[in-house]
Amino acid sequence: MQDVLLVVAFTVVVVLGVCVVLTRDPLRQTLVVGFFGLALVLLLAVLQAPDVAISEVVVSTVAFPVVLLTTIRRVASVRRSKEEES
Amino acid sequence: MTLVHRRLSFFVPAAVLLTGVLAWGLAGMPSFGLPHSDYARYITAHAAGQRHVSNIVSSVVFDYRGWDTAGEELMMFAAVMGTALLLRDDRDDRDEERRRPTDATTSDAVRTVRAGAVALTLLVGLWTVAFGYLTPGGGFQGGVVAASAALLTWVGGSYRRLRAVTPTTMVDATEGLAAVGFLAVGLLGLVAAGSYLQNVLPLGTPGTLTSTGTIAVLNAATGLEIAAAFVLIFREFLEEHVETLPAREEP
Repeated sequence: MQDVLLVVAFTVVVVLGVCVVLTRDPLRQTLVVGFFGLALVLLLAVLQAPDVAISEVVVSTVAFPVVLLTTIRRVASVRRSKEEES
Repeated sequence: MTLVHRRLSFFVPAAVLLTGVLAWGLAGMPSFGLPHSDYARYITAHAAGQRHVSNIVSSVVFDYRGWDTAGEELMMFAAVMGTALLLRDDRDDRDEERRRPTDATTSDAVRTVRAGAVALTLLVGLWTVAFGYLTPGGGFQGGVVAASAALLTWVGGSYRRLRAVTPTTMVDATEGLAAVGFLAVGLLGLVAAGSYLQNVLPLGTPGTLTSTGTIAVLNAATGLEIAAAFVLIFREFLEEHVETLPAREEP
């Protein structure tokens, strides 16, 4: 049972990791990277590392997306105002 | 030599080198799921007796490898201060004030759900910090959860409420003082017991909140530091988001 869970968790991590790289649009990537983080949480839980899993769940699904989303938005607005100037 | 050629001439050797080093490293690694190393065996056998902890991980983080955590603490502090210095530098507060959403939440449903979600998240965070050395969790984990409670205030519709419950002075001071507190506990060990981060407090009854001596104090300091650090990051990045909003006319 443990082995099956490990294989599933590792596979999901690998598949979603590749998905993050293949997604080219930063906005969509933010969503995919959140799912990738959740897969890591699953893996860490299966590996019996609950301490790390708790940090990962908040960092990957709350903190990281917020920082990314605000940055993407900000960069887009800077780019827009530059285009308006030129 | 075209651009593609130049890129390839860099990529191929780099890829070969990286593959080689990775393969070398992988070959030397202990196989997956191997029984504990000597170090792990020592810790699991002695941590409960020496430090009265029931979450062995916290004894490694705050005691046996407390020095590493002190470094991480400073790293976090430096990273957050860097973020604040960079982002606050070119912002005009009067201008910001006109951009901040006025957002009084009018929906009772949203307000109620927000209050429940914020309270629950904060409680889980504090609980994760408080019982960090007894059950899975700890200062870092709990601190991040508690900080996301602040973020929920904004998600629940009120940016001004978020700013009101986390005044800049308080967040900055907590962040700095908690980091200093961690280092001070270490110095206390140096002065009283002869080595940095050595335990100098009574160990107490295992399994209770008053046990583990310095681990409990360092755990709490880390919880405060991390919560403040993440609140500060959230605030600075959200303020950047506010900069993209249109400014209201001066009344």
